Amino acid sequence: MASGIRDKVAILGMGCSKFGERWDKDADDLMVEAFEEAIKDAGIEKNQIQAAWLATGIEEQHVGKSGVPLALALRLPFIPVTRVENYCASGTEAFRGAAYAVASGACDFALALGVEKLKDTGYGGLPQRSRGTLNSMFWANLSAPGSFAQVAAAYVAKHGCSAADLKQAMAHVSVKSHDNGSRNPKAHLQNKITVDTVMNAPVVAAPLGLFDCCGVSDGSACAIVTTPEIAKSLGKSDIISVKALQLAVSNGLEAQHNSWDGSYFATTRIASTRAYAEAGIKNPREQISLLEVHDCFSITELVTMEDLHISPEGGAIKDVLDGFYDADGTIPCQIDGGLKCFGHPIGASGLRMIYEMYLQLLGRAGQRQRKQQPVFGLTMNLGGFPHQNVVSIGIVGRHGA
Amino acid sequence: MEIGILAYGAYIPRRRLARKSVADANAWFNPALRGQAKAERSMCNWDEDAVTMAVEAARDCLTGFDRDQVRSVQLASTSFPFEDRLNSGIVAQALNLGAEISSLDVGSSQRAATAGLAAVLEGAAGAGGPALFLASEKRRTKVGSTLEMTSGDGAAALLVGTGKVIAKFIGGNSRTVDFIDHYRGQGFAYDYVWEERWIRDEGYNKIVPATLVGLFKKTGIEPGSIAHFCMPCTLGKVAASLAKKAGIPEGAVRDNLHAVCGETGTAHSLVMLADALAAAKPGERILVVGFGQGCDALLFEATADLQRLPPRMGVRGYLARRREETNYNRFLAFNDLVTLERGMRAELDKQTALSTLYRNRNMILSLVGGRCSKCGTAQFPKTNVCVNPDCNAFHTQTDHAFAETGGKVNSHTADQLTYSPDPPAICGMVQFDGGGRLMADFTDMDMAELSVGLRMRMVFRIKDYDSQRGFTRYFWKATPAGAAKEA
Repeated sequence: MASGIRDKVAILGMGCSKFGERWDKDADDLMVEAFEEAIKDAGIEKNQIQAAWLATGIEEQHVGKSGVPLALALRLPFIPVTRVENYCASGTEAFRGAAYAVASGACDFALALGVEKLKDTGYGGLPQRSRGTLNSMFWANLSAPGSFAQVAAAYVAKHGCSAADLKQAMAHVSVKSHDNGSRNPKAHLQNKITVDTVMNAPVVAAPLGLFDCCGVSDGSACAIVTTPEIAKSLGKSDIISVKALQLAVSNGLEAQHNSWDGSYFATTRIASTRAYAEAGIKNPREQISLLEVHDCFSITELVTMEDLHISPEGGAIKDVLDGFYDADGTIPCQIDGGLKCFGHPIGASGLRMIYEMYLQLLGRAGQRQRKQQPVFGLTMNLGGFPHQNVVSIGIVGRHGA
Repeated sequence: MEIGILAYGAYIPRRRLARKSVADANAWFNPALRGQAKAERSMCNWDEDAVTMAVEAARDCLTGFDRDQVRSVQLASTSFPFEDRLNSGIVAQALNLGAEISSLDVGSSQRAATAGLAAVLEGAAGAGGPALFLASEKRRTKVGSTLEMTSGDGAAALLVGTGKVIAKFIGGNSRTVDFIDHYRGQGFAYDYVWEERWIRDEGYNKIVPATLVGLFKKTGIEPGSIAHFCMPCTLGKVAASLAKKAGIPEGAVRDNLHAVCGETGTAHSLVMLADALAAAKPGERILVVGFGQGCDALLFEATADLQRLPPRMGVRGYLARRREETNYNRFLAFNDLVTLERGMRAELDKQTALSTLYRNRNMILSLVGGRCSKCGTAQFPKTNVCVNPDCNAFHTQTDHAFAETGGKVNSHTADQLTYSPDPPAICGMVQFDGGGRLMADFTDMDMAELSVGLRMRMVFRIKDYDSQRGFTRYFWKATPAGAAKEA
């Protein structure tokens, strides 16, 4: 019986570029920016890396297909490079590839790097793309906010709460992330906002307004992983290891079977349950120290608090408004600003979440550092639509914890 | 065996353009438009055309009727979305009539509908089954023109055959005269129209009476026995004077729907006939005239079976499903009469892979999904493996048509970000009665109407238009069931 990869993989080094509208940078510039930080942190030579995974979501907008763009940008010495794409969950997918390579014993050092150069479309928001010859014929004409906004309607219908209370809690989610982002020098958005800012913003897809939506950013993030033994042998004393990496992918049930009511993420519930089992976490509300979730939209973050089995079903509004997830709350969520403010360069986002956990666990997060020593950090990286998506959950923590 | 009409149906788009909005915008150039700025005309939503309206009229007509019996589909129009692709073939596929039918497009004249209907009636005895005869029109008109004011968009459907007819065909008479009141040359977008007074005096007032005299002579029917005179003509008092000249009672002249709909081009004779059939009593005679490079006159007599026809929307039902449009700019944009800044998102290449479409034509055009023969779960689309997590059986799904199945809204939004010709793009998850669901585009509705649990019905609409290649992509959308019947 497989027992997972808990404590079999250590993060040796991480890097993250500044996220934002990087008008003067190409994707390879961003990759190098993230990599230089990581390789320095890892304390090894580039040529010691034996395999690499590259994550990009909308590669036709910048680097194109294959692992070549990463090999080219870093002049990797003809090692295996695999490009992965799994919607917006691609970054965690690259990390999973590198972690599994190390856990399996296939290599000592592996690199996972995510990058996205989105700000070359000529307009705001994600690029409008074809969904494939058949999908384009029958998929509804809806944007990302258009699909996620529907969770709010279904949530209100299911729990009988008021749409106004839900919107209030959603506004709190965004205000909190802007507060956090203001303390993060690498964040795309570093401005504080008020609840009124959120409430009075133009509507994008009802009930989501402009400030319920995350930014679209350029950026890159990466991780170099090895085994805990090798990390120790390299003189690392404070080791952060991988506790769990789990993925759940929709199989059409939500989109085609009437057992799903639209108010939650079926994949998140399944992936998080598996991740807690792999990590040996019995009570996430008591044991998880920090959360970095896929807050592409405020409503996504809110219902995710329930799908991660931290807030009770129907209880997220209360927890959010109580400040449970604020930076000084019980379990801070998006202490780095999240997708909302750190930004969302698609392929990099999952690795950016792990980067923040890594910094927080090592006490290196600067002015946004959590005072109480974190033990377990959970990342939740989501791609697709509420009714058809990919969810990956990562749990990292102090080695041996 | 009596020959005649077995059933009727109609469709008028929900939006009604206030003629005042047209005059307000254009009277600076043509002050005469002020005089026509009364009441309203129907206008297609951006996702409607002659084909989609024909499908709706046909569905209305086929209410309660076994579609498998239909042997042929004819569609009359002068505004077909395709010049070379069988438009009636699209309708037949949307109606899921199967391949074992004949089909024909009839066009080139405002008389196409009556001429086509006459031919179908004449051939009915040997047709081997009912013929579905459709007429649909969405005329393209110049900004600020009289035609823009007088036209409306709409469609009618008649099921023609033998047996239990609701209206018996007594007889018809036609004349062919190359009288060019207007024309549209190949490659030209708009009609070129001659003087109204000449059209009235030399056209209507000479060609129609001659046709009617011939009809009454042929059939031996007294003009005074006509109860419903369907005489489309937008020129004032012409219908009444033609009735008087022919000896048809004044009270028989039917409302030409100018105030509520406008003239729906070649479809209008049949729209007026469908309207008359909804009002007619058994034994009443209905005279239908079509005018255009000659004239057709068709005479019917309502039978007792008319009262046994299941309820349907008809012209009045769809007229009641009304939403006023006072924004003339929206009409211009929907009809591509202005160069609107549609934004970069509109630039997405919408090429349709014809091989993909053909392979999936039942799914895309007929909204046929699957039903698992093992667990009974209805699902869309039909796939190799059942979606029910407690089943997941391979290769068990049989065809299951969703088009006539009602449903309810599970989730919804109004999307301002995605490109839509009529933002916001309203969409949501529709859960079908009896199983199956679809994340669907919604149409013909306002944001204010959105709610979880709202009853919906499916309609055949334009999904996308490929302006680079001239291809219209169709699919099904959901619209509030509201006043519309539910199967």
